[in-house]
Amino acid sequence: MLTVNSINCGIVIDHITAGNGIKIFEKLKLDQVNFPVVLLINVPSSKHGRKDIIKIENKIDVDLTMLGLIDPNITVNIIENDKIVNKMNISIPKEVTGLFKCKNPRCVSNFDEYVSPKFKLAYANGKIHYRCSYCEELTSYTI
Amino acid sequence: MGLKGRHLIDPNDFSLEELNEVFNLADKMVEDREAFGSICKGKILGTLFYEPSTRTRLSFESAMLRMGGTVLGFSDASTSSVSKGESIADTIRVLSTYADVVVMRHPKEGAPKLASEFSSVPVINGGDGGHQHPTQTLTDLLTIRRFKGTLENQKIAFCGDLKFGRTVHSLISAMSRYKGSSFVLVSPAELRLPEHLKLSLTEKYGVTIYETENLEEVINQVDVLYMTRIQKERFFNEADYMRLKDSYILSRNKLKNAKEDMLVMHPLPRVNEISYDVDADKRAVYFKQAEYGIYVRMALMALLLGVNVNVNGK
Repeated sequence: MLTVNSINCGIVIDHITAGNGIKIFEKLKLDQVNFPVVLLINVPSSKHGRKDIIKIENKIDVDLTMLGLIDPNITVNIIENDKIVNKMNISIPKEVTGLFKCKNPRCVSNFDEYVSPKFKLAYANGKIHYRCSYCEELTSYTI
Repeated sequence: MGLKGRHLIDPNDFSLEELNEVFNLADKMVEDREAFGSICKGKILGTLFYEPSTRTRLSFESAMLRMGGTVLGFSDASTSSVSKGESIADTIRVLSTYADVVVMRHPKEGAPKLASEFSSVPVINGGDGGHQHPTQTLTDLLTIRRFKGTLENQKIAFCGDLKFGRTVHSLISAMSRYKGSSFVLVSPAELRLPEHLKLSLTEKYGVTIYETENLEEVINQVDVLYMTRIQKERFFNEADYMRLKDSYILSRNKLKNAKEDMLVMHPLPRVNEISYDVDADKRAVYFKQAEYGIYVRMALMALLLGVNVNVNGK
């Protein structure tokens, strides 16, 4: 079994669905930082069988809305002095602004860059979609 | 909350009570138009038409002129600063200081909504792409109300281009809020009502929707038949347009099986989807519908402007 030391001060993103770890790593641009970061993939998990984990030895701003879009099962732990001081369960965001574009080619937001649409969570045929505040079309988010 | 200073982007921006306020005033204007001939004296309507429109623009202009107001604006985006790449936000910030109420037609969906976020005066959506056309909807609602005496318990068939037809999208959303509404959608598979709209109507209002490709199958069951033009400009290619444009034509012969008091409505202009021999049928109300468009726009603008509409004790 591979062993990775615990971190003293920073962020642990846990319970990432196996396969999504690398996507989050890239979205957070962790390949460009100058502090220690560990990406663990396919870690045995009692709940999910396998999971990915990201350990960041520094406190950085993490976009929770973006994490929720990629994988709502994630847990974000804030570590200080070797202890978890804050544990945040991520959920599917009810509103999203600026993270993706409206898929409707006729939507004004794809032509006028002055504003970006607010998307509200909507379910369609059992799938998660977002409704554009300008044209009301549904857009699904994929990474 | 009152209608003064409000925008009209989507017909459902107004409550049913507020819509009634518009229709009640429009009814009074139909009865005695001249009594309202100077209620908007000193007021200016700004017409921002980013794509060609004859009917809607002239209807708005006529409505304002008939109330004693004046109009300014453009009817072709290529002659305005828009052609220089100005954002909608900048355009409306400036133009809303020139007018007391603004109507905007734009080919991009959501443009009037964007404008309303930056305007200092009421913005009326005069049609945005295939999305909404709320003043046509108000016209349609007034027409149904005047002929049927109510907007409740109506079974409405929509026929033709239901995919890109914004008048259909607006009217079906608006009618969904009235008790007992049900809908029959008659279109070729390629031009069906968008899924997102169908979904929001059934989820939000629990309305019943029946879809068919055959008009004759359902014409005897409905209270209102709303015909639409298959619009060439909404198609991505000429071949698709040519293949589908003649699919759904209403003739006098097809009307034989319809109810005696069914209304045939159309947002106009028509091309060939309603044969000329239907015009003489008493159920054909589309020209009356166009006339009511003036009155409903008069009533709407008067209420958004908050002018005194109590004329001669009416």
